[in-house]
Amino acid sequence: MTYLAKPKFHHPNLPKNSLGYTHRDYEGSVSTLCAGCGHDSITASIIQACFELAIEPHRVAKISGIGCSSKTPTYFLGNSHGFNSVHGRMPSVLTGANLANRDLIYLGVSGDGDSASIGLGQFAHCLRRAVNMVYIVENNGVYGLTKGQFSATADRGSKSKRGVTNTDNSIDLVAMALQLGASFVARSFSGDKQQLVPVIKAAIAHRGAAFIDVISPCIAFNNHAGSTKSFDFVREHNEAVNRLDFMASRMPIEVKYEPGTVEVVEQHDGSRLALRKLAADYDVHDRTAALGFLQHHAAKGQVVTGLLYVDREPEDLHAHLHTVETPLNVLSEKELCPGQAALEAINASLR
Amino acid sequence: MPTASPISRVNDFVVRFANVNGSGSASANELFARAILRMGIPAAPRNIFPSNIQGLPTWYEVRISEAGHLGARGGTDLMVAMNPQTFDKDIAGIEPGGYLLYDSTRPLPASKFREDITVIGVPLTAICNREYTDARQRQLFKNIMYLGVLTALIDMDIKVVEQLITEQYKGKDKLIAPNLKALHIGRDHATLNLDCPIGLKLKTTDKVGDRIFIEGNAAAALGAVYGGASVCAWYPITPSSSVADAFTRYCAKLRVDPETKEARYAIVQAEDELASIGMVIGAGWNGARAFTATSGPGISLMQEFIGLAYFAEIPAVLINVQRAGPSTGMPTRTQQCDLISCAYASHGDTKHVLLLPQDPTEAFDFSALSFDLADRLQTPIFVMLDLDIGMNHHLCRPFQWEDGRVYDRGKVMTAEELEAGKDFGRYLDVDGDGIAYRTYPGTHPTKGSYFTRGTSRDRYARYTEDGAAYVDNMQRLIRKFDTAKDLVPRPLIANADKPTKYGVIYFGSTAPAMEEAIDLIEARGHAVDRMRIRAFPFHSSVNSFVADHDFVYVVEQNRDAQMRSLIVNECGIDPVRLVPILHYDGTPITARFIAKSIGDHIDQMSVKPAKVSS
Repeated sequence: MTYLAKPKFHHPNLPKNSLGYTHRDYEGSVSTLCAGCGHDSITASIIQACFELAIEPHRVAKISGIGCSSKTPTYFLGNSHGFNSVHGRMPSVLTGANLANRDLIYLGVSGDGDSASIGLGQFAHCLRRAVNMVYIVENNGVYGLTKGQFSATADRGSKSKRGVTNTDNSIDLVAMALQLGASFVARSFSGDKQQLVPVIKAAIAHRGAAFIDVISPCIAFNNHAGSTKSFDFVREHNEAVNRLDFMASRMPIEVKYEPGTVEVVEQHDGSRLALRKLAADYDVHDRTAALGFLQHHAAKGQVVTGLLYVDREPEDLHAHLHTVETPLNVLSEKELCPGQAALEAINASLR
Repeated sequence: MPTASPISRVNDFVVRFANVNGSGSASANELFARAILRMGIPAAPRNIFPSNIQGLPTWYEVRISEAGHLGARGGTDLMVAMNPQTFDKDIAGIEPGGYLLYDSTRPLPASKFREDITVIGVPLTAICNREYTDARQRQLFKNIMYLGVLTALIDMDIKVVEQLITEQYKGKDKLIAPNLKALHIGRDHATLNLDCPIGLKLKTTDKVGDRIFIEGNAAAALGAVYGGASVCAWYPITPSSSVADAFTRYCAKLRVDPETKEARYAIVQAEDELASIGMVIGAGWNGARAFTATSGPGISLMQEFIGLAYFAEIPAVLINVQRAGPSTGMPTRTQQCDLISCAYASHGDTKHVLLLPQDPTEAFDFSALSFDLADRLQTPIFVMLDLDIGMNHHLCRPFQWEDGRVYDRGKVMTAEELEAGKDFGRYLDVDGDGIAYRTYPGTHPTKGSYFTRGTSRDRYARYTEDGAAYVDNMQRLIRKFDTAKDLVPRPLIANADKPTKYGVIYFGSTAPAMEEAIDLIEARGHAVDRMRIRAFPFHSSVNSFVADHDFVYVVEQNRDAQMRSLIVNECGIDPVRLVPILHYDGTPITARFIAKSIGDHIDQMSVKPAKVSS
């Protein structure tokens, strides 16, 4: 259970990052999810990404909604503040937190029920507002905590564990994120850490609204034949457009791939993404083409993964609001209160 | 000939304008009210308007009272009837002996009028058609023209009106001359053709003093600026939208970094009320002072989040400008109908702090105070305005701020305290007041972080579903609510000159009408002690006030006697002793209504049983 502390001791020779932290310093409590849950793999990838980026854990704020996925922030970054909020409303809480202090890293964790059903509105609006965040949907196509109902991302024609066929059309959050103006859009698979870890790292380095849809099979309710979110189905139908290598700004560029197959993308913070292109015709900076590519492959029953879109010059909500560099939550009376003299002038104008 | 003698009064009457919404009458009518104030005569205007942009009836009522009675009185002494749709009803509302000013361009049969009033016809449309060719000008200048007529009819200081027009169009100077011309066309017509002045007259005096004239919504917004709010998330809803508009305006003026021109605030128009309150809670959790402005239906939409904020103990401020419900209700009519929906908002056992300002000055004070209270109590605070306070201009005390006033940020543990090894339990009641320390996210690398949830946690914010830990936490929340009783503004008591067994409790926008009603009740020979409640939870003096009287009238502007229910529920008082006085037709409560309701009840109670002859 989560209230059981993990043993603190660890191997003395565990690798340390540039801050002197080991992998263990980025862990949280023991997961209470089912053994083999895809979400736990995503948790591991988040831990790995933060360790490799040498992020100070307390500079991250973890915010989630309600559901299996939204429980996971307890299982990573134990030294970060976390907020398990209201079903479908993580985006608004995260937006408010971000407005209050622009200096933290905001990690929003949600699920397909949380984001595609009850929270579809907030999902859409926080992306169109360009909130600087990493928004991860742990997408299993099913309601796990309430035992196996279809979610809105379940594909039409897919079968539930009880054999019921889903007749509703599915919502593709990646297509929506592209359409809504997210400046970083990726899809990955919980079973593919090689792909997922660098995607998360790149999203954290991105200074804008970064959205990652991670297909994450539900071992208990959605991992059977007929499901389109099972481990077997996703492995068979995964169509990766690229493989990513993330290089922080201080690391030297070492391009050791075949010429013509690698594209280096520089992000605003100086970090670089080396994309090993798997689909030769795929342009990661073309939002419109990305949408077409996605839909074309979806029609063939393929799940496109990889970094699908990145804006080289993203803007965020604070830029749009022209807010001061200093976080609003540290402004004092001096900056906030105009004082009696200004009030007297206002009084005079009201007579 | 009128059958009632014409009313004759100086600086004490009610003028009501009946107009068509969207006809440009508002600025002429407001000019009328402002001119009276400039003459040093207290006045209270009230806009009675439809949920509509153009075409439906709208009224503007100006209570003129040298004695300073600024509540709605009831009845009209001079009706300026400019809307044919409501003509008959408007005429019926004139007091016997009152006056009617109407547009006589089209002759009306005598049956359209009353015998007991003075009818004054001015062919306004005909004059406008003669003077102007442009249709829009004909409409707009007609408004200024009836204002000109009024200046002659009730002896307004024409210089004051001219000055106000000049001020109003400063920067659009070419509009000044035509407006002045229209004003004088009306005035000249009246002087030449009518008996001026009529029995209702204005006389310059000095009773306004240094008071200011402002809407409550703007005052609450300014209070939020002074109270240090840096995040505002909102969704448009009548009658609260002008709170966010005013906050935006004031921030642009008062909250910009002088060097970089960057904003020391963030305002987001959210996609709905759920997102608005979510952002406020996110910002409050992260240590910024944040608020939303909404009205009843918005509060309904925010319920789930309000509960989370209560249990998770997150500061938040909600400015609720109350209106008659529901969503497809009467959004432009005033009520005090959200007391219970706010006091007990959300699921589970919840109770919230409400502040109940009486006018714009208190709206400013309480709005600023609410941010201190939210931080101190780590809970949502509701500032309860209503449409009457929020959207009408009120003459009220000037705003004041004590320079050097320090914001109360409440119990926040710092990195230094954590580093020094101070014990941090997010839900640990170290001081016995029910309030625990919190930390802002990002405070310390290894100490003081915690995971925010609703209730399934212990004193150290560790996950648990243990029943004893739940009860322990809920008991602490009650202790915290008790602490609030002494932090919120106390009730104000004014006792009658002689001892009495009758008391009255009132709050919010009822105040000015209540103060006048007391005079009327006393004139009937009754004495009543009064208490104005300014906040929930109730201070202990509410309990003793009720205990000190046999009957206490609870005056409120809703159907279900919501304040009375709160008093019964929270103070454990026998409901029989609390007599509800309820006004809820969407118009502001009047002194006459209160005085009659209370006066009649006391008369009834005072009847001595007649001797029965055998």
